Amino acid sequence: MPGYDRHHPTPFFVSGDPMIYASDVLIALTLVGVVFVLTYFRRWRWLWEEWITTVDHKKIGIMYLLAALAMMFRGGVDSELMRTQLAFPNNHFLGAEHYDQIFTTHGTIMILFMAMPLIFAMMNIAVPLQIGARDVAFPYLNAISFWLFFFGAMLFNLSFVIGGSPDAGWVSYPPLTETPFDPGPGENFYLLALQISGIGSIATGINFLVTILKMRAPGMTLMRMPLFPWSVLSASVLIIFAFPALTIALALLLLDRLAGAHFFTMLQGGNPMMYVNLFWVWGHPEVYIVVLPAFGIFSEVFATFSRKRVFGYTSMVASLMTIAVISYFVWAHHFFTMGAGPGVNSFFAIASMCVGIPTGVKVFNWLFTMFKGRIRTSLPMLWAIGFIPNFAIGGATGIMLAAAPGDYQYHNSYFLIAHFHQVLIGGVVYGMLAGMYYWWPKMFGFILDERIGRWAFWLFNIGFYVCFMPQYQLGFMGMTRRVYIYPADMGWSTLNLISTVGAYLMGIAFVLIVVEILYSAVWGVRDTTGDPWDGRTLEWSLPSPAPHYNFAHVPVVTERDAWWGQKEARKKGEIQKETRPFQPIHMPRNSGRPFIMSLCFFIGGFGLVFEWYPLALVGLVGILTSLLMRSVERDTDYYIPVEEIQHIESNLGRA
Amino acid sequence: MAIGHDAVLSEDDETTPLEYRHENDVLRIYGFWLFIATDLVLFGTLFATYVVLRANTAGGPSESQLFEVPIFTAETLILLTSSFTCGLATFQMHRKKHGWLSFWLVVTVLLGATFIGLELSEFITYATHGATMQRSAFLSAFFTLVGTHGIHVSMGILWMLSILYQLWRTGLNSTTARKVFVVGLYWHFLDVVWVFIFTVVYLTGVAH
Repeated sequence: MPGYDRHHPTPFFVSGDPMIYASDVLIALTLVGVVFVLTYFRRWRWLWEEWITTVDHKKIGIMYLLAALAMMFRGGVDSELMRTQLAFPNNHFLGAEHYDQIFTTHGTIMILFMAMPLIFAMMNIAVPLQIGARDVAFPYLNAISFWLFFFGAMLFNLSFVIGGSPDAGWVSYPPLTETPFDPGPGENFYLLALQISGIGSIATGINFLVTILKMRAPGMTLMRMPLFPWSVLSASVLIIFAFPALTIALALLLLDRLAGAHFFTMLQGGNPMMYVNLFWVWGHPEVYIVVLPAFGIFSEVFATFSRKRVFGYTSMVASLMTIAVISYFVWAHHFFTMGAGPGVNSFFAIASMCVGIPTGVKVFNWLFTMFKGRIRTSLPMLWAIGFIPNFAIGGATGIMLAAAPGDYQYHNSYFLIAHFHQVLIGGVVYGMLAGMYYWWPKMFGFILDERIGRWAFWLFNIGFYVCFMPQYQLGFMGMTRRVYIYPADMGWSTLNLISTVGAYLMGIAFVLIVVEILYSAVWGVRDTTGDPWDGRTLEWSLPSPAPHYNFAHVPVVTERDAWWGQKEARKKGEIQKETRPFQPIHMPRNSGRPFIMSLCFFIGGFGLVFEWYPLALVGLVGILTSLLMRSVERDTDYYIPVEEIQHIESNLGRA
Repeated sequence: MAIGHDAVLSEDDETTPLEYRHENDVLRIYGFWLFIATDLVLFGTLFATYVVLRANTAGGPSESQLFEVPIFTAETLILLTSSFTCGLATFQMHRKKHGWLSFWLVVTVLLGATFIGLELSEFITYATHGATMQRSAFLSAFFTLVGTHGIHVSMGILWMLSILYQLWRTGLNSTTARKVFVVGLYWHFLDVVWVFIFTVVYLTGVAH
């Protein structure tokens, strides 16, 4: 390929492309701008004390959300660049190498640094409030999880301007990713960034499973728990049992690259397919890790905005757990073409189709929840309703792909691309945006503007279909994924142009959402009641935003939809005012160490990327020192005195 | 630090073990069980890789040419004994015998260090005979699986030393009791993993 030389020694700073230089300038300007604003408004101390050192799940959730939106911007820009390149035949907007890098970073960022933090944002914001807890089980560990994700994402994004981006696809298959074929630090950035954020993800899985199993309010049995915590429970189980496989896949590939091992090489007995298996043993459960919490959010939203109990609660729980179990038996459907033979392929094909059954149960339950309900099409509900046809199409094309013989035709074509964007955007992004609109007032105390939000929704929804429906057809016409250029006589030109228009519409919708957030921060409707949607679950019993200890009195739960029940009882005059006296509340202290320890991970990771082992050692020593200091630390918690609770609650008009 | 609804579950109940009296400690022990579940999957993945790659020696040394029965038997006996002494430490902790608790922990650390020393010398012997990680896929998988276990044991030694220091500084209370209990769980888990390494790697290796 012209101008494509893998063996050229990589300069430290990426150079040669005007777009990269423009990004360098923009990054520098943004940094200067941030430093200036923080200094001018004297906010450095505030940043450190209120945010960087916080162990409060609500603030950690907000930081996850902001970081995820920033990553959605980065991944979104990548996709717009790709669609621009593909808009016309024989286009030379991007070179082959640049295109390789961009589809790699787009996929990696969207899955690991956008979808994952977005679900962690929703988990952090909502789960403790919904189960009547004052925080997660391990708040300090929760902060570590966030900062590991943050520095993992930073390390990954750094590759754009320093060293060069990874360019072997988001799955990073060997032997292409082995040193002889892909020298330079790009793949190392991928491996270490994912490793660092993956450690944080495992910790989050453990944290939320313990929280949900052990910290529910008195009376909240598992079968009285709202469906969102249920979905997080199933996702946490998946994280715990799936992520270690990714850890190993990445570690072994790193050993191949840095230590000259032969796990996945073509020489000395290595077996590249082993990586593919390990990757997807994690990779398929990962898809459900991100989509199950979205299902949980839809269950909350459909019930609230239909003013009905969710239909078929028990079957909802059963289907969540069934999907979690089946998800471990489908991984080989990502590589039917590996040639494992008809027996293996049949097993995985049938298991994959089985996922459709519990998913179908859920879709029908949502529809029946709306049936005869008093439906309000507020923004969260709009995204939830938009999700259903999306997911129906995504599910149908999924069954087509699951049919192993058929998959030999669709494999790695644009049909596949359209399918997984349909379920990942249509399922996860719609779900997370529904959750964002739904819980935004609980986070910030104001409601996002309805009018701009509707524009954003319709632009996004229409843009989505315009972008991806043509791609199904392009797949049938033989267009394969990861091609960066195509000749004019393939008959693909019109459909590609339409698809690009759709991608731009979605981009505009994203900008509108950002505008909506900024507009609403100033002019948005304030949520003074704490219950703007007439909600059903315990988070709406609290003021918006909730005080840092969440519940002044831990609620006692007697039924499902606990807050709705309390409101109904209050209307009938059955419930007396809270008479229990305040008790001192046990709280964890803030700590800067999660930030510093994660920074050490970043430093060590950066050292390994460039094989600067002394720097890696510095990082390792920093990590071990942080662990040791935490172990011997004794002053880790305190009590909020009754007077302070009294004061805060009466200021909120609650006591 | 978790915020239990009732921070103290049973302060004066002598029948409840020291490490289970505060909700914080209960949560942490529970969380550690889940961590062990993740570590189990981690090792399971390494075992799977080893089993897939064990025959791929690429003309280099094979299992039966490398492994020496006396060496790995000694390693096994030492690690199993250290698991026993670690159990004795927990037993003495429940009897509130601070001195014995520390004594058995020190014995455990020493046995663990001996194990690591033996393993290192085994690795160095292999390497000097040209059986390095870079030689073949089998050796990459071998060194990674057994080495990961060795790193875990080394971490466990450092961790126990830190807990010994804390025991010496603050005495036996619910916090240090929980730490001793948790590091014990970790140590026994590593022992279980070694039993699998002993059978899957060494025993079947020399039998081939």
